[in-house]
Amino acid sequence: MSRPLTLHHQDTLEAHPDTRVPDPHQDVFSTTTFGFWVYLMTDCLLFATFFVTFAVFHDRTFGGPSPKDLFDLKTVFIETMVLLFSSVACGLALLSSLKLEKTKVIIWMAVAFLLGASFVAIELKEFTHLVHEGNSWERSAFLSSFFTLVGTHGLHVSVGLLWLMVMMFQVFWMGITALTFRRLSVFSMFWHFLDLIWIFIFTFVYLMGMV
Amino acid sequence: MSTDLTLKEIQKEWHGTYRSYALGLLFSLVLTAISFGLVILNPLPHKYVHIALLVLAVVQAAGQLVFFLHLGQEAHPRWETLIFSFTTLILLIIVIGTLWVMSDLNERTMENMENMKNMTNMKKDMVHD
Repeated sequence: MSRPLTLHHQDTLEAHPDTRVPDPHQDVFSTTTFGFWVYLMTDCLLFATFFVTFAVFHDRTFGGPSPKDLFDLKTVFIETMVLLFSSVACGLALLSSLKLEKTKVIIWMAVAFLLGASFVAIELKEFTHLVHEGNSWERSAFLSSFFTLVGTHGLHVSVGLLWLMVMMFQVFWMGITALTFRRLSVFSMFWHFLDLIWIFIFTFVYLMGMV
Repeated sequence: MSTDLTLKEIQKEWHGTYRSYALGLLFSLVLTAISFGLVILNPLPHKYVHIALLVLAVVQAAGQLVFFLHLGQEAHPRWETLIFSFTTLILLIIVIGTLWVMSDLNERTMENMENMKNMTNMKKDMVHD
């Protein structure tokens, strides 16, 4: 870095004319979002290890069914759309919160929740179908790594739904304050991140399995 | 030093706009449609499909990082972008390293099995002589 770190506040003064804190990285909002970003990056590495395990095991079917026998692209496409629109709905909730429109925020959060819940429902239906057909995680190394990868993502989405529900009550009771806005923006990072992971799941697990 | 900002102040630090979400949605829809189209309609030769799908996924992920997660739009110095780049580096080492080691191991064990077959055949030949 060519310029000394102590001078960096000068180029942010223009962007934040009414900010009391000269250093944009030392207020609670910035430290919280930064800390959460670091968590997301470690989660990225967790998913990377599961993805690469799947890549190594994807053709180790042990005489069992291969991806082509098991997956249905229509279901995967619906899941993809549902999660993408849920992600956008979460972003719209934040944009409404910028204008302090509390009712709209709660409506968009409810939309994001319902879409996220239908994603989990579709995935659970797919999983129970697989297990009932005798193709559970015990069948082959391919299915073990499949359930680990997709299941971990589904678990993240489920935890996110619980979080989203709590946030809806918080916005309802407390209104849009510095505290709830901060929590909302952290949640939106989590939600967008899960949609991003799903891009790689539908590409590597489902689409490449069907080629 | 840690200071609590007012709602108005922290809202200035958040970078999303209607435009970025609309662009992000459109971008993701188009790339997802192309990815599914490549597999369902099968217009490309078999060996190019995997590469095309990989490129489409990486481009869509990069688009979502910019449009939805507002990467690279935070105030200087860009710690979030820096830690993201470092994570990408570690991630690539884990992924490429594992794939390399495992495929190499796979080839070597296959070679050994063929050698063992040859050796048993040679023994049989010696017995016949």
